[in-house]
Amino acid sequence: MIYDVIIIGGGVTGCSIARTLSKYNLDICLLEKEAEIAVGTTKANSGVIHAGYASPRDYIKRHLCIGGNKMYTQAAEELNFPFKRIGSFVVALEDNQIKQLEEERKKGTEDGVPGLEVILDKKKIKQMEPNLTDEVVGVLHAPSAGLASPYELTFALAENAVMNGAKFFRNHEVVKIKHQDYVFTVRTFAGEFQGRNLINASGLYAARISRMLGLDYFSIMPRKGEYILFDRNAIQLNKILFPIPTKVSKGILVCPTLHGNTFVGPNAQNITDRENISTTTAGLKEILEGGMKLVPNIPARSSIRNFAGLRAVPDTYDFIIDNTDVYGFINVAGILSPGLTATFAIAEKVVEFLELLGVELKVKEDYNPIRPKPERFKDFTKEELDIKIKEDPAWGRIICRCETIPEKEIINAIHAPVGANTVDGVKFRCRPGMGRCQGGFCRPRVIEILSRELNKKYEEITKSGEDTNILMGKTKDFLLKRERGGARK
Amino acid sequence: MKKYEVDVAVIGGGSAGIAAAIVVKKAELDVLILERDKEIGGITLQCIHNGFGLHEFEEELTGPEYVQRFINQAKDLNIPYKLDTMVIEFTPDKTIYAVNNKEGLIEIKAKAIILAMGCREKTRGAINIPGFRPAGILTAGQAQRFVNIEGYLPGRTYVILGSGDIGMIMARRLTWEGCQVKAVVEIQPYVSGLIRNEVQCLEDYGIPLITSYTVTKIHGKERVQGVTVSKVDRNFDRVIGSEKFIECDTLLLSVGLIPENELTREAGAKISVMGGPVVDNNLETTIDGVFACGNVLQVHDLVDLVTAEAKRAGLNAIEYVKEKYGKEIGKKTQIKCTAGENVNYIKPDLINNADLERDIIFTFRVKRPDRRLLIQFKDDKNKIVYKRKKIYVIPSEMIELKLNLREQQIDPDCKSLEVEVIPRPEVLIEED
Amino acid sequence: MSTKTNESELPEGFKDIRCIICPTGCLVHVENINGELIIEGHSCKRGEEYAREEFVAPKRILTTTMRVEKGFLPLIPVRSDKPIPKDRLEETLKLIAKAQTTAPIKMGDTLLENVFGLDINIIASRDLIEM
Repeated sequence: MIYDVIIIGGGVTGCSIARTLSKYNLDICLLEKEAEIAVGTTKANSGVIHAGYASPRDYIKRHLCIGGNKMYTQAAEELNFPFKRIGSFVVALEDNQIKQLEEERKKGTEDGVPGLEVILDKKKIKQMEPNLTDEVVGVLHAPSAGLASPYELTFALAENAVMNGAKFFRNHEVVKIKHQDYVFTVRTFAGEFQGRNLINASGLYAARISRMLGLDYFSIMPRKGEYILFDRNAIQLNKILFPIPTKVSKGILVCPTLHGNTFVGPNAQNITDRENISTTTAGLKEILEGGMKLVPNIPARSSIRNFAGLRAVPDTYDFIIDNTDVYGFINVAGILSPGLTATFAIAEKVVEFLELLGVELKVKEDYNPIRPKPERFKDFTKEELDIKIKEDPAWGRIICRCETIPEKEIINAIHAPVGANTVDGVKFRCRPGMGRCQGGFCRPRVIEILSRELNKKYEEITKSGEDTNILMGKTKDFLLKRERGGARK
Repeated sequence: MKKYEVDVAVIGGGSAGIAAAIVVKKAELDVLILERDKEIGGITLQCIHNGFGLHEFEEELTGPEYVQRFINQAKDLNIPYKLDTMVIEFTPDKTIYAVNNKEGLIEIKAKAIILAMGCREKTRGAINIPGFRPAGILTAGQAQRFVNIEGYLPGRTYVILGSGDIGMIMARRLTWEGCQVKAVVEIQPYVSGLIRNEVQCLEDYGIPLITSYTVTKIHGKERVQGVTVSKVDRNFDRVIGSEKFIECDTLLLSVGLIPENELTREAGAKISVMGGPVVDNNLETTIDGVFACGNVLQVHDLVDLVTAEAKRAGLNAIEYVKEKYGKEIGKKTQIKCTAGENVNYIKPDLINNADLERDIIFTFRVKRPDRRLLIQFKDDKNKIVYKRKKIYVIPSEMIELKLNLREQQIDPDCKSLEVEVIPRPEVLIEED
Repeated sequence: MSTKTNESELPEGFKDIRCIICPTGCLVHVENINGELIIEGHSCKRGEEYAREEFVAPKRILTTTMRVEKGFLPLIPVRSDKPIPKDRLEETLKLIAKAQTTAPIKMGDTLLENVFGLDINIIASRDLIEM
């Protein structure tokens, strides 16, 4: 078949485009190279929904961010992903920084950022955020800033896109693209796909995909950001805290998460390896020290995890959203911060481009924008729980004791549209292994459920896709193999 | 919602919970064990090595043998237990809410509760090793469960970080399964676990123990391909230039255990710095009638010691149900126990002045190994209440002392008691 | 300290043995000097005995698992009922690896009898019910 639109890349950008386009009478497919969606730059995104005052006025990302922020209210209602407008502070620690805050407030307000306010009353500031350093002299308060879970948002987008007819193919890495007679032939390791329009949302690999069609007008540089996550009991923040921004980034922030944890990060290191999501000693020290400037009582000892994510930084430092010279090929590249905030506005931009390309966009009669909220054990009252377990005993079998996740939530995550097929996929969809023990207790059980539900052998279950098998054999296998005289490597 | 009423509810059906329940049942009180796993027995069931039971039975048993004896006793006494049952909450008035897949939500009203939830392993995040997040990183206890219970091997070649007992025991266990353990890496200048394990699990198989080193980088993107280890100085800072690469496909973490007290904390009980609840000399937490024992209170060296503590908790719960439950309890006056020089923590945290006539069992650990020492208890006026000599101390050995403070003529008005382990002042020749 | 022994096959040479009897961990030097065992460095009688045995004929209790058919779990933990000479551990492990037993099993059941004619049995370490 020939698809109307093929999207390359299953991050938040690709999934958001897929979901927005699934509203129309189009045949859509999305190709993702990894075993799960939302595992690239999306996964380690800080989840901050920015108010939009930060980028320069001549950048398209500023305007898509301000517009995108507003679209979150409706999107969160429709897609039922975790989202909260908790507001942010840009924290001035010196008197001469206040001028800068004033400037940002003025320009931001003019451009439509709601509610911006410079607060100089230290008592009021500390009331709003008691954990903030005593050194604070003033803050720029942006009440429209918020938090979203980037991967839960992506799963919601993908599920809703599939509900509305889009097809998702994971483990499909694009290796070659041909464009002939207005049809793109996209070859992947797992088969060929044909489509009339092709959207490149491949994040860190966007320049590579673009070059497959002979378009070599931008480059993407990976920039690594490291984060440290703290235990829920350690500290609780009310606001997202930014330092005064530097030229390269918004700086190291201290930020609550939607699950009640706190994180610090990211730093910004330009690197060359597109897979290098390793953390470094120096980097972790840098972010901890950076964070302590804003929140001196960060409980360094209650860190439960550190991780790094890569941001796709284009040489222009702005989003690259183009109807390219290759007819029907749209680049959506260089979606760095505030790409998550802008995601719905970016998708609408793609719709505009498709219109310009003459694609007929008719809203489907049966389009359903609602992706039902995943049922969670923790959201039930005791009475509801009792009924739920009687309906389906899998609600009563707790697999993850740190986060109280029953078997049923894991089964649901596996069987959702574009459902989990790896241990990490389960973890990011319903959190077993995200808690204090980081999977110490529940991993064997999660593997058991995956193997049963996917009808795979226990040893075949992977952490995150090919070559990431968790187990290497059965107990006694190695002894028996050695006995048979087989050479052991 | 199904509702139960019992005299004593025990949360956790491992070695501690079963031993406590047996004591309670023998006193002819109603008891109920709530266990989250599919059988009772707890973590001891996966500790298939021997070395258990010398205190309790005066013979050397494996972990499963040790706990099987208690399971058999519990079954002979018809002690009821619920499997696959997860407690989701308990309240200060001792109502427990739990779920399982047969009964749905269950409410249990108890006169006393014994907490016996055990402990969990610290994870890599807590120690922040830089590097990738590949497959092939797990805790030693998790590997133990895979190998001994589930029947799977998580890798072929291993580096083990941390020389705690579980780590060393897993080094031998994996060697015995045909795997190769390249090294056990320990950040401290000394082994963390027992010497017996160092000799019989590492030296016997020529597995190098690398002390004053730690893992500073994990290599491999999909699967672990090796680790970089680096020497650390006295402040545990990395010594630049000391890095060595060790090839392996799996990294096991054996970097310590922490009591598992989320339920306890949520119920409002005070938690002490080491992660266990604050308890008085009756092992009673700061919530009346809620007792704690075993690794949920403090991480023990040996299951035998867990059993002993659990029996005490059981007896104290019986006393509470029979003599104190439902009665007006006035405010307790208590002496606070604190950790002084070279003491990491001490249990109990509090001593009831009303109990000064009783023998009190103190348990504590030192921060660092030392020899030729004096253990001293001092009151808040710096008066030495008790002292005794000790030849050596190591952090991996919990020190237990039974004291009658009245006999030691403690000042009844004293508010606090500090224990310290200090070098013996005068060096006398060989009188230990 | 020195003791005459009647053992005909006393190992040659010497060994420095770390005593495991208590956490003191004495380093005990054991040496065969012309058929006479010299033991030094221990600080108690038990330590001396331990070091002698470790020098003359080191033995270990073997604890491992055996595959089970129809069991509630796929493996049953097992142990040797007596200590096994250290140099026979590896072949015993392989023997156990090849074996398989069937649930139900009771703690103490003999699963392998008189392995390698050493008068050592491999016994179950716990009860295991049928699936």
